[in-house]
Amino acid sequence: MNVVAKTETGRALGDAFAVVRDRLPGKGKIADQRQQAFEAYERSGLPHRRIEDWKYTDLRALMREVLPLAPAPDAAALDRATAAIKLRAIDGVRRLVLVDGAFAADLSDLGSLEKGLSVRPLREVLDAGDAALSAQAFASDISNPMIALNGAMATDGVVIDIADGTVLTRPLHIVHVASGTAPVATFTRSLLRLGRDTGVTLVESYLAAEGAKAYQTHDGLIVAIGDNARLDHVRLVEDSVDAFNISSATVTLGAHAHFNTFGLTSGGHVSRYQLTVTCAGEGSKVETNGVNLINGKQHADTTLFMDHAVPHCASREIFRAVVDDRAHSVFQGRIIVRPDAQKTDAKMMTRALLLSDDAEADNKPELEIFADDVTCGHGATTGALDESLLFYMRARGLPEKEAQALLIQAFVGEAIETIASDALREVAIAAAQRWLEARA
Amino acid sequence: MSLLEVKDLQVRVEEREILHGLSLTVNPGQVHAIMGPNGSGKSTLSHVIAGKPGYEVTGGQILFKGEDLLEMAPNERAAKGVFLAFQYPVEIPGVTTWNFLHAALNAQRKARGEDEISSPAFLKKVREVAKSLNIPQDMLKRGVNVGFSGGEKKRNEILQMALFEPAVCILDEMDSGLDIDALRIAADGVNALRSPERAMVVITHYQRLLNYIVPDVVHVMSKGRVVKSGGKELALELEESGYAQFEDAA
Repeated sequence: MNVVAKTETGRALGDAFAVVRDRLPGKGKIADQRQQAFEAYERSGLPHRRIEDWKYTDLRALMREVLPLAPAPDAAALDRATAAIKLRAIDGVRRLVLVDGAFAADLSDLGSLEKGLSVRPLREVLDAGDAALSAQAFASDISNPMIALNGAMATDGVVIDIADGTVLTRPLHIVHVASGTAPVATFTRSLLRLGRDTGVTLVESYLAAEGAKAYQTHDGLIVAIGDNARLDHVRLVEDSVDAFNISSATVTLGAHAHFNTFGLTSGGHVSRYQLTVTCAGEGSKVETNGVNLINGKQHADTTLFMDHAVPHCASREIFRAVVDDRAHSVFQGRIIVRPDAQKTDAKMMTRALLLSDDAEADNKPELEIFADDVTCGHGATTGALDESLLFYMRARGLPEKEAQALLIQAFVGEAIETIASDALREVAIAAAQRWLEARA
Repeated sequence: MSLLEVKDLQVRVEEREILHGLSLTVNPGQVHAIMGPNGSGKSTLSHVIAGKPGYEVTGGQILFKGEDLLEMAPNERAAKGVFLAFQYPVEIPGVTTWNFLHAALNAQRKARGEDEISSPAFLKKVREVAKSLNIPQDMLKRGVNVGFSGGEKKRNEILQMALFEPAVCILDEMDSGLDIDALRIAADGVNALRSPERAMVVITHYQRLLNYIVPDVVHVMSKGRVVKSGGKELALELEESGYAQFEDAA
């Protein structure tokens, strides 16, 4: 039994929760669930390196404390957020904006919703007391302290429903913006439910308004993909380089469902993305791909848990990390193939490119296979840019940084290519390009 | 002024001296052949001229149009007009040939203070050159040299030479790995680029290549030095008698 002494900061948070508890949306059962989640969090406090899952991302050392809850954004905050959104606007999407953890209806595109699409702020759903929906939004694994904390504290989010048979051509775009200069924390939780035979693209991005620096974003996303439905998901973390982003997504697939997700992290001082995907319906297919582009003292952790619970499902992971200066990239990929999940086809490939002697990349692939008729594989490599390629390119006239940039683009290209939408692939390429230009 | 002047060049790799005072003067319009057995330092010379890291120049000079080449980064040398056709051109997966050539040409132009070349103008230019070298268009859309045959890789080197219009071309073992037809195509490409302003340095083991690219001057290298220079007939003489006679001379 590992008894962890409660830290000062843990106690401070307990007091904070007692203060804000009554202001948080959702009464009765939801309030009870929040209380349980908070107690679960309190039992461990911020996770640290002696917990295997957090070995490479010791939040007790890196984050030290959970900041006070952000106040609701005022008009000035919304103006700053608007400016930040404009800089990273994506054409042709339906934008849904959360500023400092509060849904901003005025900044969101809520007009002329397509038939079969429902979009509501989480706060409204909780206040309306829809018990089943609320329960689903809070049905998450509170054994993970950061997911538990997120559930306890969530102030708002977006609840999206796609009715059976609805295929949306216009992507949905959830934008998280930190508006201000005060060091505060935001807690959001969103829910996306795709009915049978549906199709939708969801983009999530994390931005900072000018001047927003050392804030904390704690986000949670719960996704249920119905039978024969398809979700394309692109996630872009472009937070301030002083910020913390601790997010999780829990995705469940029905029969013959398809989930294609791509994440790019170039922002944030410390980020951790915990993605849990469960193939719960036979014949479902999952592609989870991602790119980290980090430098300075950034720390970016992607922790993936791929759960093959039923037979005849396939999963692919392609992950690329580009790490410069003293930055630290972590990829933990765990694949479980349950005893019943025969004919599973699961593959994972992760590669890291170290651009400096002090850069660090930790790759931890884990396979746990309990079925005997499966195809599973994983590979991990870490290396530097190939000097012979660099020399060839320089001998043709390319300055060193430009030659490196072309090789880095090629390196991350294999992961970016997996994005189905041409337009969103361009968005990801542009994000990588911004990173490369800032480096040059 | 000579185009390229190598004076008493001494080069080490780690602790071993490879070139022990090599001298060579190349004038505009000339084609020089450098012949010699394996390990004589031919490739080292080509790498040092192009600026490959890992070589330590312990003595001597390389002047290009009177400027100190050894002070320049590899990309600066390229922009000035020094071109090395690699013995083993590398494969660069994920970087298309188009994209690479366009970026490289513009980097050279930028370094020389010239305007960048637009995509349509570049396209037109590279298509013309590719056609003259029998390089199919779809090869240009693939990753640089990825999946190319030996002959295709060498033709891609000559394509770049034609595109960049350098003042000095160093051809390092251009004939290695080529069958006779591929060799002829490559040599025709090189001959088309001969001009009164441009010089070429052809490095080879075998006399065979020199039947196709006829040199003005032939140098024999042995043990890190030029041990004999002469006209094109020297190459034929070597074919007869081999390199052994020079091993002792060095």
